[in-house]
Amino acid sequence: MFKVVASRMIVPNMHLLTLEAPNVAREAQPGQFVILRAEEEGERIPLSIADWDADLGTVTVIFMNVGSTTNRLAALQRETSIPTVVGPLGNATEIEKYGTVLCVGGCYGIGSMFPIARALKEKGNRVITLVEGRSSYLFYWEERLKAVSDKTIQITRDGTKGYQGHISRLPDILKDIDEKPDRVIINGCTFLMKRGSDVTRPMEIDTWVSLNPIMIDGTGMCGVCRVSIGGETKFACVDGPDFDGHQVNWDELLQRRKTYMTEEVVPLRTSRCEEHRLRAQGK
Amino acid sequence: MVDPKKKKKKKKPLDLNRRAMPKQAPEVRSHNFGEVALGYPAALAIEEAKRCIQCPKPKCVDNCPVEINIPGFIKAIAEGDFARGIQIMKEKNCLPAVCGRVCPQEEQCEEVCVLVKKEGQIAVGRLERFIADWEAEQGKIEIPKKAPKTGKKVAVVGGGPAGLTVAGDLIQLGHEVTIFEALHKMGGVLIYGIPEFRLPKAIVQREVDYLGALGVELVTDFVVGKTRTVDSILDEYDVVFVGSGAGLPWFMDVPGENLNGVYSANEYLTRMNLMKGFLFPEYHTPIKEHKRVMVMGGGNVAMDCARTALRLGAESRIIYRRSRSELPARLEEIENAEEEGVIFDFLTNPVKYIGDENGWVKEIECLRMELGEPDSSGRRRPVPMEGSNFIMPADAVVCAIGNSPNPLIAATTPGLETGRGGTIKVDPETMKTSKDRVWAAGDVVTGAATVILAMGEGRKAARSMHQFLTA
Repeated sequence: MFKVVASRMIVPNMHLLTLEAPNVAREAQPGQFVILRAEEEGERIPLSIADWDADLGTVTVIFMNVGSTTNRLAALQRETSIPTVVGPLGNATEIEKYGTVLCVGGCYGIGSMFPIARALKEKGNRVITLVEGRSSYLFYWEERLKAVSDKTIQITRDGTKGYQGHISRLPDILKDIDEKPDRVIINGCTFLMKRGSDVTRPMEIDTWVSLNPIMIDGTGMCGVCRVSIGGETKFACVDGPDFDGHQVNWDELLQRRKTYMTEEVVPLRTSRCEEHRLRAQGK
Repeated sequence: MVDPKKKKKKKKPLDLNRRAMPKQAPEVRSHNFGEVALGYPAALAIEEAKRCIQCPKPKCVDNCPVEINIPGFIKAIAEGDFARGIQIMKEKNCLPAVCGRVCPQEEQCEEVCVLVKKEGQIAVGRLERFIADWEAEQGKIEIPKKAPKTGKKVAVVGGGPAGLTVAGDLIQLGHEVTIFEALHKMGGVLIYGIPEFRLPKAIVQREVDYLGALGVELVTDFVVGKTRTVDSILDEYDVVFVGSGAGLPWFMDVPGENLNGVYSANEYLTRMNLMKGFLFPEYHTPIKEHKRVMVMGGGNVAMDCARTALRLGAESRIIYRRSRSELPARLEEIENAEEEGVIFDFLTNPVKYIGDENGWVKEIECLRMELGEPDSSGRRRPVPMEGSNFIMPADAVVCAIGNSPNPLIAATTPGLETGRGGTIKVDPETMKTSKDRVWAAGDVVTGAATVILAMGEGRKAARSMHQFLTA
């Protein structure tokens, strides 16, 4: 069993969970993930590692409450424990000296981008961090990101902070701040990674994304995480999760992620409203 | 009764009536996940055991990968001394309840039984299963005496059949043993692969608990090669045994293979067995309600997938490119599948999976095949018939054409030589790898094979490791 050291909602619907998992903490590197089970009957889900402390033996993940398992994880209390935290899985994000690197994070990817930006900075890169969200109230860890970045940029859909719009504005923004990154790394929701890769393609900037398909074992056994990269099938768990964003078949990934959309919500139905309504109507 | 035609009047006549084991009726079992075979009641087991003529030079023992004293345990059953029977069994086999269910006895002990020519071979597997289940019913499992502690530490990578055997053997010889398992439950393919109706998970758990009671340290959620490397484990342990199995699924490179609704057999079975998807939403791993499931392949895993799909209420078909007589699955499993209502499409091969507008598979395009000359496997080669393309509707495809070893350990262990298909190279006598203090056995060495072969080779490795540790 793995003890919950911290559990809280850091911005609306976005949760931070710190778990005691010394074996994972000892080996973790930026860009890797863990597989968790919330309960003995639980499913296995992959979550990106947002931070770790090898001395304390703890691992932190940040996730959005979007389905049955994340809902259970979000409800965990300190000092309770969960049955599975296994990892670190997947390959680490490649950290070299590239020159200027633009680190783009959205949603849970703001968290998983933090250790990547930190490692890139330590390696001597000029690091620009860009966070993207619907509104400024969804941003978190801004101070932490600032501490490892040479420059920080925000894009909000509602214009409450930084540039207004979407990641598609990236070319104007880069012109505006007079930067030409040598590499772009994007972590976050599939749409952000897809659109981000779409805008960097004509600019011919190397773009790496951290893919997030459905997984079960996370060690290459089940093959449910298969993705098409440059026309070739890869397993995101062992061949990735990082891939060249310009080579990813995004439509296929988006479609495969939807496989269990209808089933996903079944365990969340707790009110039985529908049942009562039908009974009241004599059906 | 004495046969008057026989010259030696003292000898009792051969009883060639191989006792059938009670089973759930096909129309009942095809709707539940309970075990298909129900096991011998004691009286029937004794009747069956009494048929054994107790050959002075039993061939069955020679043909058993773990050399169980087969006539010995059968004699004990015939005499009604079940306690002695299980004791004899456990001298050589620490997983009898599993082997009694999933070993291909028809190709091993039973194949060479002297009664086989008269089709009355002793049902060794059914008796093995009986004696193991009898012990479990007694509620108290005898823990054998262990050898004095040697102070040596053994790390076993992988909690499947090979690893469990090595752990069981070496703990009894006085070594300290730790098993590292990547998944959250011990058992390997016995837990994630073989379905509940063929091998109830409670039985696997019983065997694992037995190892725990013997003092084996059981570590789950630990991926060797990721959580810790073999080299790092060697710093703390005297020897390492790698039994990580063949867990990398093969696909067929058919267009449309990444459509929704196309599964590897590993995924399909893991969802059902390890994650208990058939109990969704009580267990949280979702499964889809499919109407027509097409299983590609003709081995035991394909039968397991097809029979699982059937139990979930789907029309279930096996698509196999050769004919019935070339099916690599055990005859018993083929017959079970046929009885339950799995439909077989022989001499058929998929060439394309066709999706609907939402990316779900809706049809498969197939080709008819005919059998040509025998290939290297000795089976007649399937040859496609030009222009025989046809379409079958389907909303799920399960690809059950095989697995190879997971490359994770080989890739993270310098000095560990690998051979064909990513298998680990070993000395066939000792199962010693090219790397100092590292042994390997089971599917990671042979490629996907059987539970009992993994156990037999695990035993060889254990013997050699013990020699090394006590030299």
